[in-house]
Amino acid sequence: MLELKPKSACDGLLPLSVGAFSLTEEPVGRITALAPLRGRAADLSDTLSRAHGMALPSVGRATGKAGARAIWFGLHHSLLMGPDPDPALAAVASVTDQTDAWAVVRLDGPGAETVLARLCPVDLRAAVFKRGHTARTQIMHMPGSVTRLSERAFQIMVFRSMAGTLVHDLKSAMEAVSARG
Amino acid sequence: MRIAGKGLIDRSAPVSFTFDGVRHGGFAGDTLASALLGDGVRMVARSFKYHRPRGVLTAGSEEPNALMTIGRGAGAEPNLRATTQELYDGLEARSQSAWPSLGLDLMAVNDLAAPFLGAGFYYKTFMWPRSFWEKLYEPAIRRAAGLGALSGRHNPDRYERAWAFCDLLVIGAGPAGLMAAVTAAEAGADVILADEDSLPGGRLNAETIALDGTPGAAWAAATVARLETMPNVRVMRRTTVTGAYDQGTYGALERVRHHRARGEDAAPLETFWRIVARQAVLAAGALERPVAFRNNDRPGIMTASAVRAYLNRWGVACGKAVTVFANNDDAHRTARDLVAAGVHVAAVIDSRPDAPTSDAYPVHAGSVICNTSGRRGLDHITIRTPNGEERLRTDCLAMSGGWNPSVHLTCHMNGRPTWRADIAGFVPTPGSVPGLHVAGACNGAFATGDCLSQGVAAARAALEVMGLRAPDVPVPQADDAPYAITPLWSVPGKGRAWLDFQNDVSVKDIRQAATENFRSVEHMKRYTTQGMATDQGKNSNVAALAILADVTGRGIPETGTTTFRPPYSPVAIAAMGAGAQGAGFAPQRLTTSHTRSVEMGAPMIEAGLWYRPSYFPRSGERTWRQSCDREVGYVRNAVGICDVSTLGKIDIKGPGAAALLDMVYINMFSTLAQGRVRYGLMLREDGHVMDDGTTARLGDNHFVMTTTTAAAGQVMAHLEFVHQCLRPDLDVSLTSVTEQWAQFAVAGPQARALLNDVLDAPLADGAWPFMACGAVSIGGVAGRLFRISFSGEHAYEIAVPSRYGASLFDALLARAEEMGGGAYGMEALNVLRIEKGFITHSEIHGRTTAFDIGMERMISAKKDCIGKTMAARPGLIDPARERLVGLRALDGGRLLAGAHLFGKGDKAVSAHDQGYLTSVCHSPTLNVGLALGFLKNGPERYGETVRMVDHARGVETMCEVVNPVFFDPEGGRVRA
Repeated sequence: MLELKPKSACDGLLPLSVGAFSLTEEPVGRITALAPLRGRAADLSDTLSRAHGMALPSVGRATGKAGARAIWFGLHHSLLMGPDPDPALAAVASVTDQTDAWAVVRLDGPGAETVLARLCPVDLRAAVFKRGHTARTQIMHMPGSVTRLSERAFQIMVFRSMAGTLVHDLKSAMEAVSARG
Repeated sequence: MRIAGKGLIDRSAPVSFTFDGVRHGGFAGDTLASALLGDGVRMVARSFKYHRPRGVLTAGSEEPNALMTIGRGAGAEPNLRATTQELYDGLEARSQSAWPSLGLDLMAVNDLAAPFLGAGFYYKTFMWPRSFWEKLYEPAIRRAAGLGALSGRHNPDRYERAWAFCDLLVIGAGPAGLMAAVTAAEAGADVILADEDSLPGGRLNAETIALDGTPGAAWAAATVARLETMPNVRVMRRTTVTGAYDQGTYGALERVRHHRARGEDAAPLETFWRIVARQAVLAAGALERPVAFRNNDRPGIMTASAVRAYLNRWGVACGKAVTVFANNDDAHRTARDLVAAGVHVAAVIDSRPDAPTSDAYPVHAGSVICNTSGRRGLDHITIRTPNGEERLRTDCLAMSGGWNPSVHLTCHMNGRPTWRADIAGFVPTPGSVPGLHVAGACNGAFATGDCLSQGVAAARAALEVMGLRAPDVPVPQADDAPYAITPLWSVPGKGRAWLDFQNDVSVKDIRQAATENFRSVEHMKRYTTQGMATDQGKNSNVAALAILADVTGRGIPETGTTTFRPPYSPVAIAAMGAGAQGAGFAPQRLTTSHTRSVEMGAPMIEAGLWYRPSYFPRSGERTWRQSCDREVGYVRNAVGICDVSTLGKIDIKGPGAAALLDMVYINMFSTLAQGRVRYGLMLREDGHVMDDGTTARLGDNHFVMTTTTAAAGQVMAHLEFVHQCLRPDLDVSLTSVTEQWAQFAVAGPQARALLNDVLDAPLADGAWPFMACGAVSIGGVAGRLFRISFSGEHAYEIAVPSRYGASLFDALLARAEEMGGGAYGMEALNVLRIEKGFITHSEIHGRTTAFDIGMERMISAKKDCIGKTMAARPGLIDPARERLVGLRALDGGRLLAGAHLFGKGDKAVSAHDQGYLTSVCHSPTLNVGLALGFLKNGPERYGETVRMVDHARGVETMCEVVNPVFFDPEGGRVRA
């Protein structure tokens, strides 16, 4: 039988660190897009809670925790990140595999939002954009998703094909912020 | 000349720099201007138009004269103001606007020709003959005109863009701004305090004013230090707020490393900030204006406040025998400060008969200066007193016509300032920019005590809007006096009295403009060029319009100001576009086969944001055509592999999926059986073609649509629009899966054999007919297989999750090469589809209809669809429209895309235009030049000979009109 070798989106690009900041590919496991069928959002939330331990996130929010997280991803869309989706989800939602569609990276470091302030037009101040907040936004010229993971870490997602540009743009911003001292 | 013990410079840190190659010395804390003045350099530039000697006029960003080129090589930067350029060791500055040198400037002959070069000179002189403009006039004027030049090389400096957010943005860190920041910070608001200077404090650093008995500069330093310890305050030095925009957004330029030698580290030269603030306080201060009198532009003539700033902040005496010319009390401070520092003040000339007197220096009340002399720097002034004229020796004249509040930002959203006669200046009209509160000198408050209390009041107003409680903040007592002024704009008399130093505009020019009926202030500005270039008239606008008002017999408020637009001071395009230089212009989308394709030597072409291989050269091939022909042969004779992952793929799921497809496609999709694929065409609402592609039905409520690479985003947005706005009743969801799947075309007579070698289970005989689709397993991975063809051959597209893309491409390629085939790129793909008459966006370019491409019969009569009604308009189904045809080159001629078609015997002019070519190729299969194009009555003209003419490239070719399907018109090969 043919042997197909998998390659991650940021293969050969990460990890890297600049000053106090590090950038790593986030091993999120399965990514599944969930779109509730008409009128079934509450049922989807219940099913998610039962099967995976988190509610369906509201607009701009993430639920769950590392390893099993759900993030809001646009109008009537959420992403389940981590577990294999429970088959029961398909009864209440359109379920689409997105595991390979996104490059997912983690930016870590004190004041990581100062790096993202070079790339994102979103207010990411700790008091405004707290842990569990997420946004669909622009990262430099790319459409993407930003989620705060902790006081000093963000999860950043762009289309898989743009992984090289994402790493380049983040690295440039990390360098510029670090060089200011 | 330095004064011992004065100034805020660090005398223990000497700094060495060069100006026009000559070594000079200064101190840490100096600007380039203060160091040059400290070293006794007076002439620093030539003027823009007449090349008159010029010196430093001001001590701030409004400087019109002392523009210099800093640095050398590719990174040399022109037009930097010496008054804001901080000194660093090894700084290299060069003067501009002079040839061959500052001392001997041959272009100064312009000054002798001045009677011919006045207002409107360009408009009058360079009208005729028209053909002279580009060849002669413009190059000559450009050479003669001043300002610095770019290096002409790529900019090596890093720039940066960034966003910031806060509750309160305070613009300016003078007394008003500092008090506003303190008030808001103590209320707990998130505060950004931005100041264009490296040393916050504003005029407090330039004056001898004391606050509660503490020197102003020390009070400012202590206040800033306290603010910087607060976690909710961000002090942004060297940051000029350049524009006010909608919804509390402000543009700002931070000069991050102009004050250090260029090094290798990654810090940007400049950062362009977009600051979003809930509320803002403008405390931008005021700018002192000169007075217009004859020869008021000699080096040594400066604004009075600048002379004071150089003395108090930088410890520099700008002359040995200083004179002051003023129409207000404020300028008398210059004389007092100079005398206190031991500098000789030769006289104070005050135009007001009731000017305050002094026993420390002579005061000429009710007097004006009517002329000056000194070839490269001031040596004498002529005073016109009530008793007659007298000449006085002086090497520095400090002049003041009063102060102009810096209202600029309040006008960026179409606000107009209000005239206040008592201060003879414009002040902001309240409410001009929503959420922007104005305080201090920019609001017309010229006494420090008023500035301090207005700063508190502005912050309080902003805090109230935000629902924050303002604390009680003690306001220090300032010891300066109120401000009295009697307007004096220009001194009457002969000769040229300069208003706009940067553009060499004199009082005469304004009068001339008015005489020639350019009476509107906006017309006057454009006719005379007053208020243009880097200083944007900061020193001259109000005086110019006051003189225009006088000449035209109107009041100043009726005359009005010109429009202040962003930026407040110059911003490098490199800063606004930071990160977007070169390849940074757009993201790069790379396929999973990219690395392998590059290794194979394939040149990449851009398709939207994607990079796709053009062809895969083999050793011995000298032209792309050889590679392309070989690759076409793979597909026609064996098997070819091509990465088609870039095509848009949209998962359409839910009970309403089929109905949505019926709505957007012209043909029916609800009847498509599971496991089958159908070609579809979609129209815009105006009836023209939007996109085409295939859609597969993978389940009862699950379709996957493919779009063209270029229109993937547009189609996704269109589907969302249709769903959200036109058919919200449908229960359907749309998810882009373009990136989820790596998809490869396997095309050619050997395609099935190849797949049977690599799939986990071979395809069953008789199964998988043309347009079948379904799940397959390959290497244990769940994939999708579609039997579709863009080449007219027996072909498939196989998709696997992207992480396996690179590996699958390698495997397919290895097997194809064993079978006598290999990879094919975009060139071969294009030839293959032209041979079959398949369209791309070259044909569906936005102006063609389904009728034009011969697909009008695909529009289903059984249902409605977007664009159906509009596509039926008579003009869109007129047989005489330019319609898709094939063209075959005759006599071995060349066919060129973009060329036009004419009747065989017609003259090739637009009146006889019959159509145009959209796609061309040399067909290695048929060994002839082929093209797709659009021709009037096209399908009715098969067999006719027409003439292709490419006017741009000078090529003419006779060609035969044929059916666009050149190869295998019966379609036997695709079903084989």
